[in-house]
Amino acid sequence: MVVAASQTVAGAPPRPRVARRRRANGSTRAAWLLLAPFLLGFAVFYVAPIVVAVVKSFTAVTRTSTYGRPVEVFAGLANYTAALGDAGFTGSVGRVLLFGVVQIPVMLGLALVLALALDSAVVRLRRFFRLAFFLPYAVPGVIAAVMWGFFYAPNLSPVNQLLDPLGLHPDLLSGSVILYSIANIVTWTFTGYNMLILYSSLQAIPPQLYEAARLDGASGWAIAWRIKVPIIAPSLVLTGVFSIIGTFQLFTEPQVMAGVSSAVSSSYTPSMAAYAQISAQNYGLGAAMSVLVTLLIAVLSWLFFRITRARAAL
Amino acid sequence: MVTTAMFVAAVYFLLPVAWLAISATKSASDLSTTFGLWFSGNHLGTNLHDTVTFGDGLYLRWLANSALYSVVGAAAATLLSAMAGYALAKYTFRGRSVTFSAILAGVLVPPTALAVPLFLMLAGVGMTNTVWSVLLPSTISPFGVYLARVYAAASVPDEILEAGRIDGAGDVRMFYTVSLRLMAPALITIFLFQFVAIWNNFLLPLVMLTSDRLYPVTLGLYTLNTQITRDPDLKAIVVTGSLLSIIPLILAFLALQRFWRTGLAAGAVKD
Repeated sequence: MVVAASQTVAGAPPRPRVARRRRANGSTRAAWLLLAPFLLGFAVFYVAPIVVAVVKSFTAVTRTSTYGRPVEVFAGLANYTAALGDAGFTGSVGRVLLFGVVQIPVMLGLALVLALALDSAVVRLRRFFRLAFFLPYAVPGVIAAVMWGFFYAPNLSPVNQLLDPLGLHPDLLSGSVILYSIANIVTWTFTGYNMLILYSSLQAIPPQLYEAARLDGASGWAIAWRIKVPIIAPSLVLTGVFSIIGTFQLFTEPQVMAGVSSAVSSSYTPSMAAYAQISAQNYGLGAAMSVLVTLLIAVLSWLFFRITRARAAL
Repeated sequence: MVTTAMFVAAVYFLLPVAWLAISATKSASDLSTTFGLWFSGNHLGTNLHDTVTFGDGLYLRWLANSALYSVVGAAAATLLSAMAGYALAKYTFRGRSVTFSAILAGVLVPPTALAVPLFLMLAGVGMTNTVWSVLLPSTISPFGVYLARVYAAASVPDEILEAGRIDGAGDVRMFYTVSLRLMAPALITIFLFQFVAIWNNFLLPLVMLTSDRLYPVTLGLYTLNTQITRDPDLKAIVVTGSLLSIIPLILAFLALQRFWRTGLAAGAVKD
């Protein structure tokens, strides 16, 4: 990001003061002209919805009489206390926390191992493997969930067809395992994507770095864990933050699963809980839930950055 | 040994897609009665026919909608991101760092938190359940601006801009004739990112659209999937339709993977 800093002025040949100032003014106008279309859209489709959500989260709708006109009134923190007192919502937050604690390390661990394996010289068919691992990312979340839903369905699942002769009849859609079944879909979809980010940064390491280590007698494993992993640590942190954000926004996969498993309620994840409230026209409560989740994501991302930065500094 | 482990991983990633491809060749009844990972009878032709004629070509309409939202949305997003990212990288002006920080903060805002207030806003101006309600929000990508800024800084040398200015070229002309071309490989990456993001987007169309004629293919297949318990024959259409719908994305990836990888690397080495 430091590299991105402009050197327009520093690189310019010396010019009379007045001319340079006119040049700078013209440049400033050009910069804002180039920025204007994006900033307009950003204001309408990012900033305004956030403002609307925050405002709505402090309002409630009341009616003057049973059939009277609905009136929006200031509700203070009522929606927030209602959200925090809603067992469905707080349960959903706990659920995605558990989901993230289990799924993120598994996914990133797998992505790291696969990236290191791809990067090591011993692997043949590198192109094939890279494509095979990345392929699921081309499958939209909805399609992935529909597909795995068939794969899990007791009467369709090839897994069950294989296990049947052994007398095993696992139900991958039942309440006790559905969270892990969903975790498997997310892992399947995003491992290759994360692997590619890590693999790209591994490829950027100059090979000369390894030579000295090899001369000192370091094994392939030692080079991987003591040289490669520390160097790509910033990429790991990046994939970690993306994963945390993704986990708390979990919506598509459980929403599709809700269609095939009664174990997935309409407030299974925080996003689903907020969506359910808004579908029921409880805009204030739904907005408060959205705001709370957004704040939680911001705090967790920030904490994760702080912790990993502190570790990296040691 | 490493290679063996890689093969196991490859099987895990490829198996569900293989299952989908095999299942697309089966009749709805064979789907539940025969072994999932092997063929039985060839119904692919019938399934394809049933899928494309379903609801008077509704499925093809969904595919076309997805293409429209993704291609037009991603193209517009790429141009807007390129302009903004270039301005942030190549000009020094008051408010630049504040503007950039605000855009960067936009990356962290969950789309799920935006979709619903956006619905309330667009409902206020009567724009929900239109093509625009899905298309317009898709043209704004803070992450695209971030990438464009990184690329512009790396691929557009100040010397060229300076030379152009001395020759009397205006800033806008410089951007469209020189800088945009220098940034071209990066722009393909931004286009691909946004294309995939729009193609995969589920919540925004779910919230905005009520008419199934406007659905993208993901939302269309989702609604069909929810009706399977009532109408088991839909199963074959959902399976075949799912397979068909992922083919365009896979082809796009194969064709543009060189650019795609460069983009991931540039996104990863920030800081």
